[in-house]
Amino acid sequence: MEKPKNGMDRRTSLKYMGGGAAALASLTWVACESPEQVAENPEHQHAVREDYELSEADQKLMEQEFFNEHEMQTVTVLANLIIPADDRSGNAEEAGVPEFIEFMMKDQPWHQTGMRGGLRWLDIESLRQFEQTFVSCSEQQQKQLLDQIAYPKSAKPEMSQGVNFFNNFRDFVATGFFTSKIGIEDLQYIGNTANNWQGSPPEVLQKLGVSYDDVDGYEFA
Amino acid sequence: MQIKESSTVYDVCIVGSGAGGGMAAKTLSEAGAKVALLEAGPMFDSAQGDMFKWPYQSPRRGAGTHRPFGEFDAAFGGWDIKGEPYTRVAGTQFDWFRSRMLGGRTNHWGRISLRFGEKDFKRKSVDGLGDDWPISYTDIKPYYDRIDKMIGVFGVNHDRSLGLDNEPDGHFLPPPKPRAYELLVKKACDQLDVPVVPSRLSILTRPVGKRAACHYCSQCNRGCSTHSNFSSPSVLIPPALETGNVTLITNAMAREVLTDDEGLATGVSYISKDDNMEYVVKAKAVVLAASACETARLMLNSKSSRHPNGLGNSSGMVGKYLMDSTGGDLGGIFPQMMDGIPYNEDGVGGMHMYMPWWIDNQKAKLDFPRGYHIEIWGGRSMPSYGFAGGIQGYNGWFTEGGGGERPEGGGGYGAQLKNDYRRFYGASVGFSGRGEPVALESNYCEIDPGVVDQWGIPVLRFNYVWSDYEILQAKHMQDTFEEIIHTMGGRLLWNKAGKESNYGLHAPGRIIHEVGVARMGKDAKKAPVNEYCQAFDCKNLFVADGASFVSMADKNPTWTILALSLRTSEYIIDQKKKGNI
Repeated sequence: MEKPKNGMDRRTSLKYMGGGAAALASLTWVACESPEQVAENPEHQHAVREDYELSEADQKLMEQEFFNEHEMQTVTVLANLIIPADDRSGNAEEAGVPEFIEFMMKDQPWHQTGMRGGLRWLDIESLRQFEQTFVSCSEQQQKQLLDQIAYPKSAKPEMSQGVNFFNNFRDFVATGFFTSKIGIEDLQYIGNTANNWQGSPPEVLQKLGVSYDDVDGYEFA
Repeated sequence: MQIKESSTVYDVCIVGSGAGGGMAAKTLSEAGAKVALLEAGPMFDSAQGDMFKWPYQSPRRGAGTHRPFGEFDAAFGGWDIKGEPYTRVAGTQFDWFRSRMLGGRTNHWGRISLRFGEKDFKRKSVDGLGDDWPISYTDIKPYYDRIDKMIGVFGVNHDRSLGLDNEPDGHFLPPPKPRAYELLVKKACDQLDVPVVPSRLSILTRPVGKRAACHYCSQCNRGCSTHSNFSSPSVLIPPALETGNVTLITNAMAREVLTDDEGLATGVSYISKDDNMEYVVKAKAVVLAASACETARLMLNSKSSRHPNGLGNSSGMVGKYLMDSTGGDLGGIFPQMMDGIPYNEDGVGGMHMYMPWWIDNQKAKLDFPRGYHIEIWGGRSMPSYGFAGGIQGYNGWFTEGGGGERPEGGGGYGAQLKNDYRRFYGASVGFSGRGEPVALESNYCEIDPGVVDQWGIPVLRFNYVWSDYEILQAKHMQDTFEEIIHTMGGRLLWNKAGKESNYGLHAPGRIIHEVGVARMGKDAKKAPVNEYCQAFDCKNLFVADGASFVSMADKNPTWTILALSLRTSEYIIDQKKKGNI
């Protein structure tokens, strides 16, 4: 679409010059078209772009570093334990989750202390139990530690800070993964596209035990 | 400092380009008036919005770091704007949302377009509280009718047997078919005698004029590439500009309305955010449509010997009777919606069905006087920032049929958790109540004597406290939502709000329906403007936003703002012809 001057189309149209009610009458109903015609309406122009350009401010944030190398390694290991690869999709790392968390620490700095402190808490607890940092542990040891903080209801009271950190971290991983391209495909979200809504399909209605017969008194688009 | 004054004298200067200002600009310019239209924000065309973007096209995945409703939301601004503070009287609360852009908050809202009904204009006659409007539904109906046709709104005229007698008929485009989960809501509500009916949104399901029909991408809040939903820059401003009669001045922050020795308005002074200079635009009449509180601020800041309490404020009522809709929410998770069948459930950007207020407060002997409508949300929407947050609170539920073994309690990690996210995606439905507060003189905004904004304009200080009426209404919302969720066979997604949190009642200002503060009336001692939104004390000053509302219905205010603005604009034309202004 041509970028309009002054934000919009300023073509002068004589039909608007009549003033008052006459002008209002020029904006009246267009005869209803069938849904197929509507879907093909030539005025629809859908520019879909998958790339993005960073704003100057965001570029600056990108260039800053929050996590040190060890922290980033810990974030990556932890994120992949939370969302591992399986036969349907890749792991958190493949979805760019560590980079997303790194960015959010700078974009929303109020998360910084809890995140940094939580990662340190994890290492200290790991040293206490296995005499090495979290990333140096075997996967079995890592899971042994996660089992103590990943289930809030059964976690011991002395692990409450770890539980709290893990709840927050899990939320970051979930957002990072399921808003990524592979995560959205994994969920089978099918949308964000021009289409012609014709209601929910019969198998969905059947699954929920509902029917369009329940609203048969209405005329829908 | 120099004040730049153009020699041009416009017929009308309009402050604000949202629903009220846009409608006034269109109506007046089409009638031949030379109009100066001031907007405090930049140009905006919703076709340039972020529709169709994916969350991964941003490193923050759409987080609302800079905009309250997410990175891709069309509305610039929010509750806090740098350099534009406001204050509150201690112990009171009001959060003031402003959109600084062409079209203002019409770029933000959910396009819920509801007419006020007969009772909404006569609440005092119904329950003895507040005041009746000086006009009735009959006075405003013709304007609603024209706006329905001019702008386009889908919906239905309600079946009389549903008893929704305060929900007037309109001229509707056909509504979109309900989503499956909305039918599930209806099925439960049929048992509870809560009517679930097609919603009324100003989104085109058929082409209107030059505007194409909706293409169901569901991202109305990001701006619409085809102008298929209503916003002022999509629908009202273009025809206004096409007349050639409108001089649009953006980035113009109005300072005050200027008056002459007779006390009549002569124009508006403003600061240009482009060059930081002071300007004056001269006009024979002034229409304030800056958003209710900004309009009150302008009136109160426009003091002169003829108007010592502020322009149009001999009643002392400018700023008083501030209202915002009540709001409360509750969500549920539904086992029958888990492991959902993938399909495109987007639809229009908003609910396809909703529940208008269905109870007669007096007959039902409720302990609060005014009603609320219920909005429905949920389903398989685009995953976004905050996805499945707090899953440890619920993923231990419904473990049969694929939930798998797990230690006690929710949360977890690994293959089990990944699968839980998949199972629970699209399985929640939530309810938001939006209701009517009672207009109280004690809820107000005023000029803070000690604080100015970055341009030296004295700022507003708010004083707003919910009364028991609103709090008890919020309790009724929570009880109703819980009953619906349980009847649907679900579990509450979070704890129902109790007394300690005012039953989940949002702070005033959070629903972004500010109205009142320059209410209309028959008596100049009790109201700043008359039934045509003309200031009693200044016959060439008008308000055309939500400021003139006497009471707030349980409905979104935009359709009524549009109708009143159209009516006021035609009154201005009529008065001009008669030589009265």
